[in-house]
Amino acid sequence: MCGIAGLIYRDGARNIGAEMTAMLQALKHRGPDSTGFAMYGAPGPNEYIMRFKVAEKEDLGGGTKIHRAIVERKAAVDAVLNDLGVVVLELDEPTEYAIRYRISFDGDLKTLADQIEEVEGAEILSIGNALELIKDLGDAADVSGAYSLGGFTGTHGIGHTRMATESDVDIRSAHPYWAYPYNDIAVVHNGQITNYWLKRRQLEREGQRFVSDCDSELLAVYTAVNLEKGISLEESLRKSIDEIDGVFTYLITTGNELGMAKDTMAAKPMVLYEADDLVALASEEVAIRAIVPHEIDTSDPYDEEVRVWQA
Amino acid sequence: MAGVSESISTQMGMHTEPLTGRDIKTKFTLENEGGFGYHFARDVDFNRRAEIDCADREPTDINNRIRELMDSGHGSIVIRNPGAKHSLIVGILNRMNVIVEGSLGYFGCGLLDGPTVRISGRVGWSFGENMMAGVCVVEKNAGSTFGAALRGGDLVCKGSVGSRTGIDQKGGTILVGGDTGAFSGFMMQRGRIVVCGNAGKNLGDSMYDGTIFVGGEIQDLGVDAVPADLTDLDRGWLTRKLTMYEMLPERGVDHFTKIVAGKQLWSYDNLEPTEKKLVL
Repeated sequence: MCGIAGLIYRDGARNIGAEMTAMLQALKHRGPDSTGFAMYGAPGPNEYIMRFKVAEKEDLGGGTKIHRAIVERKAAVDAVLNDLGVVVLELDEPTEYAIRYRISFDGDLKTLADQIEEVEGAEILSIGNALELIKDLGDAADVSGAYSLGGFTGTHGIGHTRMATESDVDIRSAHPYWAYPYNDIAVVHNGQITNYWLKRRQLEREGQRFVSDCDSELLAVYTAVNLEKGISLEESLRKSIDEIDGVFTYLITTGNELGMAKDTMAAKPMVLYEADDLVALASEEVAIRAIVPHEIDTSDPYDEEVRVWQA
Repeated sequence: MAGVSESISTQMGMHTEPLTGRDIKTKFTLENEGGFGYHFARDVDFNRRAEIDCADREPTDINNRIRELMDSGHGSIVIRNPGAKHSLIVGILNRMNVIVEGSLGYFGCGLLDGPTVRISGRVGWSFGENMMAGVCVVEKNAGSTFGAALRGGDLVCKGSVGSRTGIDQKGGTILVGGDTGAFSGFMMQRGRIVVCGNAGKNLGDSMYDGTIFVGGEIQDLGVDAVPADLTDLDRGWLTRKLTMYEMLPERGVDHFTKIVAGKQLWSYDNLEPTEKKLVL
């Protein structure tokens, strides 16, 4: 059934890493297989944060070959970066297979992303001025601990706890999804999109690329394409209710916005808490109470309801 | 069974199931006092009061503690710091008072038969599911499927509720002070839903029977849900019921719209009793 959560501060950055971890841990019972975060930190001028992986966690149990392969894949990615004139400002390797680069780059993001994806075993999780997308197997505490997210400072974020139903238990199938190769757009989704292949093929014919077979990725790419056409996030969310079939509640983030949309049946849950400084949403109120423990007023957004908040 | 009561309830549309051939009409009074009780029900004293602090307790532990207190004769239990936890105060088949200081999560107060529960906060999805008798009053908002498959008693939300309120309702009364979402009263079979605010789309979709009263705007009606005249009996009942829970609008109830089943969608009255049991 999966759990989704999001928060946005309207008056500046906070320690959202710890708060998102607490919210997602409270939703562990909705999906224990994997946990993912898309969080937005302080962007630097002409800087990007790039997170990618060069193996699946489960690959590590496959003997010594994979360890050599990981080293080779990292070197191949570095060669691509060098060829494209990317300046690596900071390198972090929270796990053997997951890498975070802070880079300076003024070229085309799609070219960068496409060339890294051509490296065997390499998969980009996100590239963005402010976006950092982290996902791995295990619950929120496991992932947050492994990737040292407890101290992450930022303005907004979304997250997902996954119960695998239609694809494998691996990082590739975990949420959130980045809107490849668009800057700073990510999505988490609870539901099922029934015209996924139809809409995906339409977007592919327009030149869009998908890195997974997960229906949730469609929402990210669909939104990114709309935004690129000059459509506002709110209007894109409204269009999605008409154009996307199925049952869904999803949260989508850009560099400074958090949006929410619910399908016509309102079949998937969402609880909303709005205060002057904070907006928090989750599949269950218990997740919001993990960061706002005192008694609060919350509500359920209705069918076809669309909301957008600014950081 | 008082003939007058039976007549009133028939006029109010609560007895519409005289079938061709045999008659399995259920008889009841509007003042449905008593009529429930289990041989294993605890003999509790309403003046004996106890508290449970839920802060560091799991739902199962909290529910077990409620039963322990009932076993020891406590008839009034205060639930503190519920923290929107799921499945609290469920399966109580006893008359007693429960006071919740805070909010409940999903499936709160399910499968009740008898207690009076007052909740100062909000409740999540599927609150009061399958309640047989008793009273639950929620002071703030409620999630979707509020009162799903309700069979008896009064389920009250003074705020707004989510979608599919009273889905599959089989009896009892649901009162909503604010708005209700889409598909409220979906496939309801008996009972009444009262919404003081607005109702979302597809209100009463595929309802078999029962009555829905809406004080505000109705986005649209579902399949086979049709308007009906608001009678003096309806006005009297609405006034009495809403007054009881301090929810009577300042302008009274004359503006309420009454929705009932058009009964064009199914051949329900043509079913044999055994078939009807399967449907229900």
